[in-house]
Amino acid sequence: MNGYMSKEKDKGQTVRKTLLYLFYLVGSFLMLLPFFWMISTAFKPDSEIFTLPIKWFPSSFYLQNFKRAFQVIPIFRYMLNTVYIAVLKIGGEVFVSALVAYGFARFDFKGKNLFFLILLATMMLPYEVTMIPTFMMWSYLGFSDSYVPLILPAYFGAASFIFFLRMYFSTLPVEMEESMVVDGASYFQIFYKLVLPLTKPALLTIGLWAFLGTWNDLLGQLIYINDPAKYTIQLGLASFSNMTGETLWGPLMAASFLALLPVLFLLLFAQKYFVEGIKMTGIKG
Amino acid sequence: MKKSRVGFLFILPWVLGFVIFTVFPIIAALYIAMTDWSIIGRASFVGLQNFRDIFADPAFYKALTVTGRYAILAIPLTIITALLVALSVNNDYKGIGIFRTVFYMPSIVSGVAVAVVFKWILDPTYGVLNSILRLFGVQGPDWLYDPAWVLPSYLIMAVWGASGGLYTYLAALKDIPKELYEVATIDGAGWAQKIRYITLPLLTPILFYNLVMGLISAFRKFTDAYILGGAGEEGVFYMVYLYRQAFSFYKMGYATALAWILFVIILVLTLIVNYTKKYWVYSERK
Repeated sequence: MNGYMSKEKDKGQTVRKTLLYLFYLVGSFLMLLPFFWMISTAFKPDSEIFTLPIKWFPSSFYLQNFKRAFQVIPIFRYMLNTVYIAVLKIGGEVFVSALVAYGFARFDFKGKNLFFLILLATMMLPYEVTMIPTFMMWSYLGFSDSYVPLILPAYFGAASFIFFLRMYFSTLPVEMEESMVVDGASYFQIFYKLVLPLTKPALLTIGLWAFLGTWNDLLGQLIYINDPAKYTIQLGLASFSNMTGETLWGPLMAASFLALLPVLFLLLFAQKYFVEGIKMTGIKG
Repeated sequence: MKKSRVGFLFILPWVLGFVIFTVFPIIAALYIAMTDWSIIGRASFVGLQNFRDIFADPAFYKALTVTGRYAILAIPLTIITALLVALSVNNDYKGIGIFRTVFYMPSIVSGVAVAVVFKWILDPTYGVLNSILRLFGVQGPDWLYDPAWVLPSYLIMAVWGASGGLYTYLAALKDIPKELYEVATIDGAGWAQKIRYITLPLLTPILFYNLVMGLISAFRKFTDAYILGGAGEEGVFYMVYLYRQAFSFYKMGYATALAWILFVIILVLTLIVNYTKKYWVYSERK
């Protein structure tokens, strides 16, 4: 290849790189704009919120919106309620999903393939259809206005997590498990003492997904919880405008900011686990 | 104990859950859809009356139109956006990790907080979107307050959150053998040809997956629609309509019938997409 050609090529590379960086910057600006605007509004007094042309940055570190937000809804209480649901739910959901996935991954029994097919079908199948009868069932059993309907079903495993973990288990070598069988360990002991510890990264990944699912869920919580004392953070935010009549944008943005903080922290510090999980299976996210 | 029996014991919790939380409710839903149940009081059997009422209800067609129109536009928009973003960050330029995280961020945050933030961004007077438009001398519309601009408002939100599939695409892009591109370069193919004849065909399985998932989530859209609403009936998505029938008006039979209709719609569309699979989705077994 002669020098002229490669120089042309270098020039093309530089132009391309510059254009891409430009795209990254514009894209990042658009992606971050909602977060920036939320935070900026949360720290502005009304005189700076409702002014034209808009003020991009608050002129001082104004905290009254946060104070006001806490007067409208007990934000920390609602966050704690959500965490309470999530904690009670996730342990069982992750453990049982792993148990079931292990059964699918390592054993052969009659009807296994059919069961797995059904499991896959339930991942796409009709939440909207089962929603109302399930609600009726819980209220018939006396669990209306209770966290139980939000927590208990998790203890039967979650189809998408079972699917994910089954794939993960099939990547683990079976030799160690087989040698434990020879040593006389029961299958449950093998699962509990050997397999689960090896699966930690995958369990963390689905634990994170489960937490995000609980933190961001609105419909389920809306259906089952009526008492404001039992509200979750989503229900609290959803009711915010009703509590104040007209929308108080400053306090509402302050409350939204606080509600998003835990999720943003998770993204920053646990991103590895989200990404690993996605890479492993190509699903979710 | 026999090994096969142990295996069944391991999956037993899920089997029980499936019977309690799927089989039983589905059977119950078949019955409830044919009653006029309102939580309190007894249900009386009304046959197919709920379905007759639904098909005579303009609000049903409106909700279906709103949701269907959104699905038709939002699904391709989000898939193309996610694909473009993935192709653009599929390199090892300096700082690319940060940009990937930033692009991925919107898909992880969701729920009510994001919805209310968008309501504020789209505020006709003090919202940041119209303020930016004003910088360019454009008078922005009233967005959620103008029936004609409700759908575009939702599409803006959808595109903002589109890059959820980013890492899925990136993983798929990494799986494409480098040799294919090298051979193409030797044969004199430009980057556009490489994308058209190598990248896109090899990404079709992921595109197919995202198409099906996009379909399901578009028809089930709830949180944003519940919080944002929209002028007139333009913001009443199907699930919001269903939710109101069930939990504001306590028409459980009617709402369950609505749920069955939604289910059939999603099922039929998924089957159609699945049928087209053999014409455009790349499969190694070919």
